[in-house]
Amino acid sequence: MDVMGKGDDGDRVFKALADPTRRLLLDLLFAQDGRTLTDLLTGVEADVAMTRFGVMKHLRVLEDADLVVTRRSGREKLHFLNPVPIRLVHDRWIDKYTERRVSALAELKNELEAQA
Amino acid sequence: MSTMTSTDAQTAATTTQVYRVYIKAEPERVWAAITSPEWTDRYGYGGRIEFDRLEAGSPYRHYTSEAMRAMNAPDVAIDGEVVEVDEPRKLVMTWRMAMDDGLAAEGFTTLTYELEPRPGGLTRLTVVHDLTGAPRLQLLLSGGMEDEGAGGGWAWVLSDLKSLLESGSSLGGGGGPQ
Repeated sequence: MDVMGKGDDGDRVFKALADPTRRLLLDLLFAQDGRTLTDLLTGVEADVAMTRFGVMKHLRVLEDADLVVTRRSGREKLHFLNPVPIRLVHDRWIDKYTERRVSALAELKNELEAQA
Repeated sequence: MSTMTSTDAQTAATTTQVYRVYIKAEPERVWAAITSPEWTDRYGYGGRIEFDRLEAGSPYRHYTSEAMRAMNAPDVAIDGEVVEVDEPRKLVMTWRMAMDDGLAAEGFTTLTYELEPRPGGLTRLTVVHDLTGAPRLQLLLSGGMEDEGAGGGWAWVLSDLKSLLESGSSLGGGGGPQ
């Protein structure tokens, strides 16, 4: 499946996630969604020293990977966490390698409990 | 953690959830997938959607799936009214989870679908769900109750919709109500 519809099989998502500041930005949005750049800058600065320009650059990478979607609200530009790409990566990659093992364990558990 | 100011704008913003997915299908197909009962029964939580008419002011209801009714769920999962129709670009509707008393008590929320054609036969589907005054729905739709068997919310529904339209099969209820 073309995860992002951009022909890169999720490369942008993995690249975007491979940075602690960008993960911090996603965590900040998870805690409180729909934030302005200024608000996010304050949140990041509580953790690491960073310029407004630095935060903007990171947000652009996150937007490019569609992990962040911006919407206008009056004169403000608000940033929203979009979890769908992570879900797609999960459904495309993680399930593939974990499902069989998990269901085998679940079956074992059922069998053992049925015998008890 | 920064200190939040409590302006109205910010309060409103924090209760809106935004989801976006790119689907390799024409907007008309994606539109059909969210508005026709034959399609809505095949992905996400399943169940058939029924519009009295697909026009502003018209009531609609989204029935529970057969699997849900087998677990004694009531007939109607979601109900509301159409607010705006711009086929196949935009659909706005009020949205209430009717199948659970506690969630129904949170009242009507506002759901917006935006479909935008993109090069390469893609549709960019954006779901904006204004969940002001509905904290339990916020949790449910962000996937926060998946471990309790309540499904993975919008991210899961849209991932499943993408899979259905692109490959012809859904993900098989991996994150869905068991």
